[in-house]
Amino acid sequence: MTHPYVRLLGQITRVGGVRGAMLVVADDGLVVAESLMEGIGGAAVAALAASLTRRFAMVTKTSAVGELGFLHLQGEDGTLAIVPAPTGVLVVAVGGSDMNVGLARLEMLRIAEVAR
Amino acid sequence: MRRTRAVEAWTVEPLDRFVGETGARLTLLMTPAGQVLAQQGFTRAVDVMASAALGAAIFSSTGAIARMLGEREFRALNHQGRHYGVFLGALDASRGKLLVLVVYGPDSSLGLVQLFFEDLAEQLVVAAPEPEVRHGPILAADFERELDESLASLFGR
Repeated sequence: MTHPYVRLLGQITRVGGVRGAMLVVADDGLVVAESLMEGIGGAAVAALAASLTRRFAMVTKTSAVGELGFLHLQGEDGTLAIVPAPTGVLVVAVGGSDMNVGLARLEMLRIAEVAR
Repeated sequence: MRRTRAVEAWTVEPLDRFVGETGARLTLLMTPAGQVLAQQGFTRAVDVMASAALGAAIFSSTGAIARMLGEREFRALNHQGRHYGVFLGALDASRGKLLVLVVYGPDSSLGLVQLFFEDLAEQLVVAAPEPEVRHGPILAADFERELDESLASLFGR
């Protein structure tokens, strides 16, 4: 039986260009649930995404632009997107350079509201 | 930048890299008997010795629980506090099992420590020299001298 969180992540992985999605504990950088294509190191991405989010949250706070709502990193070959949920969970999506970031963001925000 | 103080020089580079990557506050590399090979972040000898003894004792006592569960041992343990966490991991080097005790704060995370512990373990296994073969009896005088030398290395005295 598929865990309900993994089913939730299916809403993100259905978006075009998305290679995987995860729920990560923001404080610990540990994976809660994941739905990833082969070859993506879930534990490593989770740990580094949590670390990045913590640092970027400090930047937004000190530059008085408010709480971090969405983090989008564009690499040569792909995209990493992170939405911090109010419950201390991070919704993380990994995709190719063809990832539909707008639609993925919408789905990630929806999941951030219900993931608790 | 804080530097690793080591009794054995081959441990310095992997530990420096590990601390740089994880932002660990305190790091201790030791044998399961509590003999310290390297430390980073500690300022007092008494804290190093106490942490090494306690870390070795934790590993030993949880090993007994692991065996009750039919496991050979636990490879890693984590104790999480409100502000600080303690991670204790084991690795097998050519000279036997080694333990790494890591104290990390809110600027790091268990995930990061776990992630880079894997790298650290690999680097230490590669860097570890073959164990020295000791000839002759172990004398109390040698023990005292070696202990003094170890403390001097660990605290730069």
